[in-house]
Amino acid sequence: MTTPFIQFEGVSKAFNGNTVLRGIDLAIYQGEITTIIGKSGGGKSVLLKHIIGLLEPDAGRIMIDGQCLTDVKGRARKNMRRRFSYMFQDSALFDSMTVYENIALPLQERGRLKPVEVKARVHARMRDLDLGAIDNDYPSQLSGGMKKRVALARALVTDPEAVLFDEPTTGLDPVRKNSVHNMIAEYQQRLGFTAVLISHEIPDVFYFSQRIAMLHEGHIIYAGTPNELQRISDPVVHEFIQGFENPAGDSSDTIQDGSWKSHFNAEMARMQRHHVPFALVVLSIENLSEMLSSRDAADPGVAQRFADRVRLQLRITDTCTLIGPNAVLLLLPFTSLSQAKMVCAKLGRALKGQEIMHVQECQGTCMAISAGFAEVERNGHPERTLAQALAQKEIFYQFSVC
Amino acid sequence: MNTVPYPLMTLNRLGRFAIARSRLLGRYALFFLRSFLLMFSWPLQVNKILQQVYFIGMKSVSVICLTAVSIGMVLGLHGYYTLVKFGSEGVLGAAVALTLIRELGPVLTAIMLIGRAGSAMAAELGIMRISEQIDALETMDIDPIRFLVSPKLAATLISMPLLTAMADVVGIIGGYLTGVLMLGISSGIYFSRVESSIQMADVMGGFIKSVVFAVIIITVCCFKGFHTHEGPEFGAKGVSLSTTSAVVIASVLVLITNYVLTSLLL
Repeated sequence: MTTPFIQFEGVSKAFNGNTVLRGIDLAIYQGEITTIIGKSGGGKSVLLKHIIGLLEPDAGRIMIDGQCLTDVKGRARKNMRRRFSYMFQDSALFDSMTVYENIALPLQERGRLKPVEVKARVHARMRDLDLGAIDNDYPSQLSGGMKKRVALARALVTDPEAVLFDEPTTGLDPVRKNSVHNMIAEYQQRLGFTAVLISHEIPDVFYFSQRIAMLHEGHIIYAGTPNELQRISDPVVHEFIQGFENPAGDSSDTIQDGSWKSHFNAEMARMQRHHVPFALVVLSIENLSEMLSSRDAADPGVAQRFADRVRLQLRITDTCTLIGPNAVLLLLPFTSLSQAKMVCAKLGRALKGQEIMHVQECQGTCMAISAGFAEVERNGHPERTLAQALAQKEIFYQFSVC
Repeated sequence: MNTVPYPLMTLNRLGRFAIARSRLLGRYALFFLRSFLLMFSWPLQVNKILQQVYFIGMKSVSVICLTAVSIGMVLGLHGYYTLVKFGSEGVLGAAVALTLIRELGPVLTAIMLIGRAGSAMAAELGIMRISEQIDALETMDIDPIRFLVSPKLAATLISMPLLTAMADVVGIIGGYLTGVLMLGISSGIYFSRVESSIQMADVMGGFIKSVVFAVIIITVCCFKGFHTHEGPEFGAKGVSLSTTSAVVIASVLVLITNYVLTSLLL
């Protein structure tokens, strides 16, 4: 394992007796995008401000490239700080300066470049970020999205080694959010800087981050790759991620009919933004009424338990919606049709009939579960896609209930 | 349970208060020292200083002239009716000029500058603090005191003596308007008394006062604005509180310092 570029070792911080960070241990690696997620007001910005020295820890230490930040003083501290840029949540642009002056400020104040070079670099960044002829505009004349891009241009104009982004997409529309995320990912790849990002854009962060850390009640409760996070079973992490995925707040992770369309639309927007596929799958217990002939065929508990069992096997960002007495609908982000079929095969191996049915009296009966898949098309309609999935339904799994 | 005796508790509170105040005073002194020394750091911020001279000095000219002429006229009026009882109305020019040059010129200019420029500076820095613009400067490795406070201090040190001198002259003209044009004192006597009564020490005294007041105005107003986030209120309320307290503290300090300087200079 390579040495971390930034390392928190037991960092604690309190404000007026209110402890925000409690012994944080976190490693951030060079050339990667590390995203910090966590509840609002949980100390994520505080964590970020420690890296650049805006705040000093009460206990613990922060190592930058193997050097303890608090031990570095004077000129060395200045040089260390110059390796970083910071993009603030509310942009923090200077109201009394024009866009050009705002972006050029860090270059002008360092005084190492000639005015012509400053101008060239500022205009290059402005072109990169699609900031047209707004040199002489003031921040108050710009939209929220424009302000964010100006702030990003200011953060990148010095070609820093690491850029710290404090919720860079807050308050932006989906198109702009996508543009900012793409910009960060593209620049990070092109310039190779280390990016530390605070974001609430779940599951978008899974798409562009190399590492994700979750801060909860002052502790880092998870730090690892997005793939590892997808498989994590920690209920706090699940609750947090699903809080974003399931606005209805259903703790069973199974959202009720109706809200799946809004999820579908959200995934559709994400697909259009990131050009990533997503799959819709309908799972049905085909012979439920036959099996429950001695009971109430419309027993909603069976379908709910079925959905709960399915849910346990899915990734943290997938959603599972009850759409009938015997059917559940799955929305699988970042998943192609072939991958969705693999997910169903895995489900087939994992599902156990007894736990779903909670019945003993229909021994020897064979239970049949069918799966219908639909390739979600660009601008696809939720109802039409569902109908397409139902039309292509086939039994994919059968087992005996004993 | 052991209870702390009341006198000890009071002593404890007094001690804490004294330590807190001493710490504040120390921070204030360091703030002033840094902003003063950073005025001379390379590269000199000539453009910014000139912009501030325009804002603090040039834009205050009209309001200070208006105040000075009205004070001069009132002094002329009061002075005349007091002096005429003793048959000494001829020394009106001296009375008006000395009062203005030694006391009222520097004090009035300082008070007007606090109201016009000091409050604006406190509010500007307060807003910059709560909108993280000052933090942004630090992240860009730009010293916020050098960038924001030093040019203001330099500009005020340049503007304040000039504004005071202008207030003195305009005030004397105000006294002339009432004493000579309205109440009939000879113009020659008025100006000859002005000329004969004023010593270089009086002018220097006024000059010293104006420089000291300039330092008080800028450091107090900028210090309060710069540390808005440490106050008891947050957001817009915090800015309003720091602006109000900046104006009040700077005004009170100017008046107290005026007394101290007068007693030292006499």
